[in-house]
This record gives sequence, structure tokens and C-alpha cells, in this order.
Amino acid sequence: MRIVLDIWRQRGPRDPGRFVRYEVPDVSEHMSFLEMLDVLNVGLVERGDDPVAFDSDCREGICGMCGFLVNGDPHGPTHHATICQTHMRHFADGDTLRLEPWRAAAFPVIKDLVVDRSAFDRIIAAGGYVTIRTGSAPEANAILVPKTDADRAMEAAACIGCGACVAACPNASAALFTGAKISHLGLLPQGQPERARRAVTMAVQAREEGFGHCTSIGECAAVCPASIQLEVIARMNRDFVKATLTGRDEAAPVAVFPRRGPAGGGG
Amino acid sequence: MATEARPEQPPARASRLGLLWESAIGKKALMAATGVVLFLYVFFHMLGNLQIFMGPGQLDRYARLLHASPQLLWTVRAFLLCALAIHVVAGVQLDLSAREARPVRYQELRSTHSSTASRTMIWSGLLILAFVVYHLLDLTVGVANPGFREGEVYHNVLVTFGRGVGVLAYVVAMVALGFHLWHGVWSLFQSLGLSSRRVTPGLQRFAAAVAVILTLGFSSIPMAVLIGILRP
Repeated sequence: MRIVLDIWRQRGPRDPGRFVRYEVPDVSEHMSFLEMLDVLNVGLVERGDDPVAFDSDCREGICGMCGFLVNGDPHGPTHHATICQTHMRHFADGDTLRLEPWRAAAFPVIKDLVVDRSAFDRIIAAGGYVTIRTGSAPEANAILVPKTDADRAMEAAACIGCGACVAACPNASAALFTGAKISHLGLLPQGQPERARRAVTMAVQAREEGFGHCTSIGECAAVCPASIQLEVIARMNRDFVKATLTGRDEAAPVAVFPRRGPAGGGG
Repeated sequence: MATEARPEQPPARASRLGLLWESAIGKKALMAATGVVLFLYVFFHMLGNLQIFMGPGQLDRYARLLHASPQLLWTVRAFLLCALAIHVVAGVQLDLSAREARPVRYQELRSTHSSTASRTMIWSGLLILAFVVYHLLDLTVGVANPGFREGEVYHNVLVTFGRGVGVLAYVVAMVALGFHLWHGVWSLFQSLGLSSRRVTPGLQRFAAAVAVILTLGFSSIPMAVLIGILRP
């Protein structure tokens, strides 16, 4: 099959960028989307052109590295799957596909379809941890966890941090990501000591990074490849409001703030 | 490393509500709380209005009852005005900051999973605000009403709805109110952290029902004037 691509090309963080049209003449329907881009890049390299930069690592939907918009859909047309899990059989011969990077002030473009998502790392660093018991290993089943809590926590922990929620949100809000991280720790007994403080520090960090607010629109949960539910945001809101009103966040935590610099600072 | 750790200063002794106001989640919670106040007001306002179908005497008596105690009347008005101010200022501030959160627009972003009502809250809200100003000038102060008579509510309402522009402004605003409530009435539970996958579908149905009932309830009055059920 023949696929026409309109790809966002941007040489660096300061380059204004533009869409460039490419044609990939012999695409197999069995190829994954990223393999199709690999074929395009082989051709570009052979011609001496700059290959299209895109993030990828595991290529099986568990690492959270890949992601861009295909015709306005984060991670493409398939639901609850990353773009690396999307195969070319979901497209038709002769289709024109527009590939655009995640767009958010907190996700500056590094090159082409690659964006800097270290803002997510800083949100985790601000509170996504639990205190642990040191010393000898405890008995494995010493702490009992209700089954539903364990399931809800596991569901929230499925978040791979790809950033599609931010990309799909009209407000570029990181509420689904932050809510998932706050929920998966806050639902378990091990996460209770920092629960109130965590909700405050992580939410404040998300704001500090320049993400927008949540208006319960639901685009985030609809495009999430890990099927994170909107209720994690409600859980975050509840913890945050409770912590703020009861003052349990006052024991000055260590907050992580972004260093202001080019491209939001590279890893 | 792109990060640097620095000890956060303990928050200044601002009030707890002040701390809520400074954060986006807190602002949304305050919008939800004030939204509940405004929704309850609008609901009882509709019940009051519908007394117009019981005749001019009943509506004017109800108006006199509301004005029986100036102290109480102005206390309630001040309370509602505060709720409205918090709701509007927070909404506008958050909307402006969200615009900064995506400085480079998408060439194309499909929003097929969300309702139109949810994506246009700021516009339905501003439309309602503009209507509230007109509505107060029309039926409370009276300067926008060509035949205003103090205390004669039935008469004043019929003057307003005797004019096409009055009916149009009212019905458009009530449709905007319906849209605003359709999303707002369930979203407020999300903002306060009271929703979950178990109760959200029910909350959304409740919000849709509330939106339809209030829009139809309010709009029934200009419609009744138009088709001649209510006459001077």
C-alpha cells in the first residue's frame, strides 16, 4: 500500500518548524506504524536527507516513549493502544496522514516529533515515592490490602507516562497523569504516610511546569493507551482539597522546580 | 540533571481558603462550591418564576414576600454576588492560564470524545453573565424595560416578552444555561473529588436531566407569552 505523510519537521527547539510531505510507496499492512517510519527514514538516509526524529523504545506499548498525533488523534486511530502497537492495516492504500508532535508549553519540541517530557519526571520527583521500612525483609503478606484497592491501584499504576493525556487535553492539563500517580500510591497502605503531602506537592509541581487545569472534559481518558480512568483525577482533587483544608501538607517538603533554560533543560 | 532541589518555604499564614484560591485544583473546588450555590439559586428562581402560571396576583404576592425584609434580601443578594464573583473570576483566570499552557496550536486535534457543552463552558458562562446583567437592568432595576412599574412583576415580564428582542435574549441565555449545567452539574462532583466510576454515569444523567428541566422550565414563560397563554 502507498501512504502519504505530512510530517512536522523542526530542526531544533528554536526552529519554527513546518509540515513536509513524504510518500512511502511500498508499505506492508503487517508493518507497525513505527516500522513504516523506519522504512521512510532508510530512504531519507539513502538520499542523504535528515531522518525524521521520533521517540521509541520497547515498541510493545509498555515503555511510554513513543507518541504523536496521527490526523489529530493522539497515538493514532486505535483505542487503548500506543502508536507503536498500531499496525498499518488500520489505514487504507493512498491515505494521507498528518503526524504532529504533542503540543504543550510544558512539552517543548526537541526535534521533529520528539518532545521533552522531563516535566513528568519532576512531577514524580516532587512526591511520587513512599517511605519504606528498612532492616530485614518483612513477611510478604503482613500488610493486608483489600482486593478492590489493589485492583484500583494496579489500574492506576498502568500509566506509562507517554503524555497522550496532555496532548489530547484542550487545556494541556496533566491531571490524568498526576492523578494516576497520586492514586496508585494513595490507594495502598504503604502510600499513606505521604498521602496528603504528595497530593499537594505533585499537583503544585504540575502547575509549576505550566500544565493547564482540569475541566473534566474526558479527552485524556479516551485516548489513554493504558485505559486510566477519569476517577483518578477525582481522587487527586479529594486528597488535595483535604490536605489543603486540614493543613497536613505544612511539614515543608522538598519540591523540585524546573531549571529555566533552553528546551526546558535536557536530561 | 534538569532539576534542582530546593527546600520549599512553609506557606505564609494565609487562610486555608486563600491556599485553595492559589492552586488550580483549589480554584476548581471553589468554583464547584460556588457552582452549587448558584445552581440552587437558579433552581428556586425557576420555581418562583413558574408561579406566573397561577396568575398576576400570585406572582406579585410572591415578589412582595421576597421583598418583605430588606435586610434579608440584601444579605442573600450579597451572598449570591460573592459566589458569582468567585465563580466568574476563577473561571476566567483558569481559562486564560490554560491558553498559556498550549502556546503553539495544533494543526488538527480531534475532540470526538467530549461533549460540546464541556468544551464551551467559558463561552456559555460569559453568555450567562452578560444575560444576568441585562436581566437585572430589565426586571430588577427597570432601566432596560420600556414599561417598568415597580413591584408589578407580572406586568413587567409581559412587557419584556412582548418584544422579540426580549424573548430572543432570554431563550438564547436559557439554552446557554442548559449547556453550562449539562457539564457543570456533574463536573463539580469531579472537582470536589466526589465522583467515581460507580456514580459518574448517574451524575451525568442527573446533570442532563437538570439542564433540560431548567432550560424548558425557564423558556416556557416567554413561549407562553408568545402563543398567548399569558396575556396582560
